[in-house]
Amino acid sequence: MITSFPKLLAATAITLKLLSASLFFGLFLGLFFAILRLNKNKFINKFAYGYSYVFRGTPLLVQIFIIYFGLGQIEYLRTTFLWVILKEPYWCAIIAFTLNTGAYTSEILRSAFQTIKPGIVEAGKSLGISNKIIFYKIQIPIAIRQSLPAYGNEIILMMKGTSLASTVTLMDLTGVAKYIISTTFKPIEVFIVAGGIYLFMTFIIHNVIKYLEKKYSFQ
Amino acid sequence: MNIFKKTILTVLASLLVIGNVYADKIRIGTEGAYPPWNSKDASGNLIGFEVELAQELCAIMKHECTIVEQDWDGMIPALLMRKFDAIMAGMSITAERQKTITFSQGYATEPATLAVMKGSSLEGMDTPAAINLDRSSSDVKKALKTITASLSGKTVCTQTGTIHQNFLESGDVGSVNVRTYKTQDEVNLDLSSGRCDVALAAKASFIDYAEASGKAVVTVGPNLSGGAFGGGVGVGIRQGGDDAIGKRDAKLLKDFNKAIDKARKKGIISKLAIKWFKDDVSM
Repeated sequence: MITSFPKLLAATAITLKLLSASLFFGLFLGLFFAILRLNKNKFINKFAYGYSYVFRGTPLLVQIFIIYFGLGQIEYLRTTFLWVILKEPYWCAIIAFTLNTGAYTSEILRSAFQTIKPGIVEAGKSLGISNKIIFYKIQIPIAIRQSLPAYGNEIILMMKGTSLASTVTLMDLTGVAKYIISTTFKPIEVFIVAGGIYLFMTFIIHNVIKYLEKKYSFQ
Repeated sequence: MNIFKKTILTVLASLLVIGNVYADKIRIGTEGAYPPWNSKDASGNLIGFEVELAQELCAIMKHECTIVEQDWDGMIPALLMRKFDAIMAGMSITAERQKTITFSQGYATEPATLAVMKGSSLEGMDTPAAINLDRSSSDVKKALKTITASLSGKTVCTQTGTIHQNFLESGDVGSVNVRTYKTQDEVNLDLSSGRCDVALAAKASFIDYAEASGKAVVTVGPNLSGGAFGGGVGVGIRQGGDDAIGKRDAKLLKDFNKAIDKARKKGIISKLAIKWFKDDVSM
């Protein structure tokens, strides 16, 4: 238990890397699709809805398997430049996680945009502020504040989701825990330590979000 | 003794009998994903060399057996947690595993080998046909040097928690960039996709995969045995103890050893080996 702790802690770095990269790309992807969802054009709207429907409606494990093992079986793909990225399990995991968290984030942001009272936008318009500035300076900040609690939840879900990276050979926290078990045959002890590290990360994320909520509260 | 007490005693007695019957049924754990040792047919039934051998051994022991499926990476923990009583899953007898569990005598052995896709630079590796790592002759040393040079800078894939992983991490072939997978099926997939430059597993699993998938997988280098590859495949059983269950485990080990002796004498193991491996890998 004591000897496995430093190894698990080192593996936590990979878990955090996967988490931060997929959250970073996922936030932009989510914002992009949330804006598409608000578009009046029926086709664009349906496309954005379809994306979030597919990625929220299928298990993350299936998504990561399709991207890693599935795409790897398409011979044509292996001759294109895309293979440089898809060859690496690290990037396959980030692509899967980004697409998944992007879908959830787009829903969170969409509902946040829709809860903004029309009066606020109208007030901006009556002051002669351009639509663009209203969107960037008023709607987006309010939407982000509104979505903080739900988004905090999504970060925690994603953090736990990164454990699936171990299924595509990555040596993240779960991957290293499994590796240690394969030589020590002590699953209970090792998984308890790994679980403790996950719990600690949840504790940090939870408190950061709580702090941000307080800081940017409307009261 | 009144009727009430009698009824309770009868119920308790019958429970004990039922409990005993269940305890007498030997549960054998296997992976079901390592052909031809053990695998599953199209409808999900467990098949393979060890599945049939288990049935033969149980018939010799005159015991009822059930075969339980278990993922490879949880095989030994599941045995220790008494989810089943014996492992027959292509598990080689190694010193590392013997720290935790015990093994019957070996019933089969099969060399490990490297495999690549056709056209790889590793094809035509200049080594003897087979090397035994227990013998430290100049031949073996030379072959290990050749393998070390061939593997350097390559991504070498293998199943996690296997003798093959142990070998790659033993230092015999220098420091290797190892990538580990949960099942051999996944190793095969990534070998054919090109993510793995080279893979290491039991020879039969590559030949089996090449046949079943039609992919151009070819084995290279020598047949490897001894050293990190252990002393053949045996039945994994919990280490015996002084309590009732410990004694039962010790008896199970004896029974399996006797049954393997008998099966060997009757030629059953050889017959099954030839059926599944197309080669007599029995020992």
